[in-house]
Amino acid sequence: MSDTKICLVVDDSRVIRMVARKILEELEFSVAEAADGKAAIDVCKDKMPDAVLLDWNMPVMSGIDFLRSLRKMDGGDAPTVVFCTTENDIEHIQEAIAEGANEYIMKPFDSEIIQSKFRQVGLL
Amino acid sequence: MNKESLAHYCALVKKESGLVLSEEKGYLLESRLMPVARKYKLADLDELATASQKAGSTEMVREIVDAMTTNESFFFRDITPFDQFRDYVLPKLIENRGDKKHIRIWSAACSNGQEPYSLAIVLKEAGPKLAGWRIDIVATDISREVLTRAKAGVYSQFEVQRGLPITLLVKYFKQDGDKWRIDPALRAMVSFQEFNLLDEMRALGKFDIIFCRNVLIYFDQETKTMVLNRMSGILPPDGHLVLGGAETVLGMTDKFVSIKGQRGLYEQGAGTPIAKAS
Ligand SMILES: C[S@@+](CC[C@H](N)C(=O)[O-])C[C@H]1O[C@@H](n2cnc3c(N)ncnc32)[C@H](O)[C@@H]1O
Repeated sequence: MSDTKICLVVDDSRVIRMVARKILEELEFSVAEAADGKAAIDVCKDKMPDAVLLDWNMPVMSGIDFLRSLRKMDGGDAPTVVFCTTENDIEHIQEAIAEGANEYIMKPFDSEIIQSKFRQVGLL
Repeated sequence: MNKESLAHYCALVKKESGLVLSEEKGYLLESRLMPVARKYKLADLDELATASQKAGSTEMVREIVDAMTTNESFFFRDITPFDQFRDYVLPKLIENRGDKKHIRIWSAACSNGQEPYSLAIVLKEAGPKLAGWRIDIVATDISREVLTRAKAGVYSQFEVQRGLPITLLVKYFKQDGDKWRIDPALRAMVSFQEFNLLDEMRALGKFDIIFCRNVLIYFDQETKTMVLNRMSGILPPDGHLVLGGAETVLGMTDKFVSIKGQRGLYEQGAGTPIAKAS
């Protein structure tokens, strides 16, 4: 039994997923990826991750729609969800919190911000 | 810059602020002091060194010292001190100060204001427990530049993301373009003033708790001891001191002792006259 935590990175940009993966693997997460909300739901159905790093604007299904669906799924209240998006205005942040996001990172981000936020929500 | 100028700056900054600049930090001097030199229309740091030794150069000296301070800070830095304040110190204060209902807190090297504002947030969040209490947060720093920023209470996106939980950001800050401005009610809880830790402290009055974090590390042993001893003098017998993660009183003074199970938090030790007398 390993206690490696799984973090699902949901972002339609391959570059962002790569950068996030690198940072998260350095923090000893096991990383799964999805390019949109719909694909992320499928990953969660298969196995609930411990954490989700979530973009807002994506084709097929947006981050906020994913979050809404996730929180309705069996065991879907367990993952710690951290938005990571360029939607940096207070209205988006408030909507995210209302839908059950645990933290919110405004892009651009770096490894220090990810660490700081993940520590605040008890993932580190 | 020649050797004499470098030695001059190190001695000057040490004398004026206690900050010890290691001589290998010559490159740091260049980048930080050139703006001061340019402001006074001086060609280089040798000219600035000469000018700063002339009579009437107090303002120039102040600017040199200000430029050499390291002001890094962030909200809820290291988090533990703020949890300890809320869970350990505050309940004691509420119990022991029930008669006067007055608490005084000193953020002794407040930099851009993140530390005193974090404390203001903790107090606001404590809610009804403190209704009817008067709480003073006195925040001081030697650097006029950081104090101006601290008073403004405006932070970049990068700064608010370091340490500040998102729920507290939306609760206590207003967005202003790509900046975040602190709630005027929190701003009003903190009074900022210029103060050099090398100076006599008694004029600041007595405090119940002093946050002196991440500044003593820049001082030599003798200066640390002096500052700590003076701080002990303006704390009541049940007062507290909070130091930064890399700082300790061990080997510096016996006027403070660490509190078991509360890392970085200190109370008055046997070395204090009051404790000896009782
Ligand atoms: C690294 S910051 C620490 C800020 C905050 N306390 C924290 O822990 O995040 C150090 C601060 O100490 C201030 N400082 C340095 N020497 C000082 C002195 N002699 N008197 C007062 N403040 C001083 C600097 O201007 C700087 O803002």
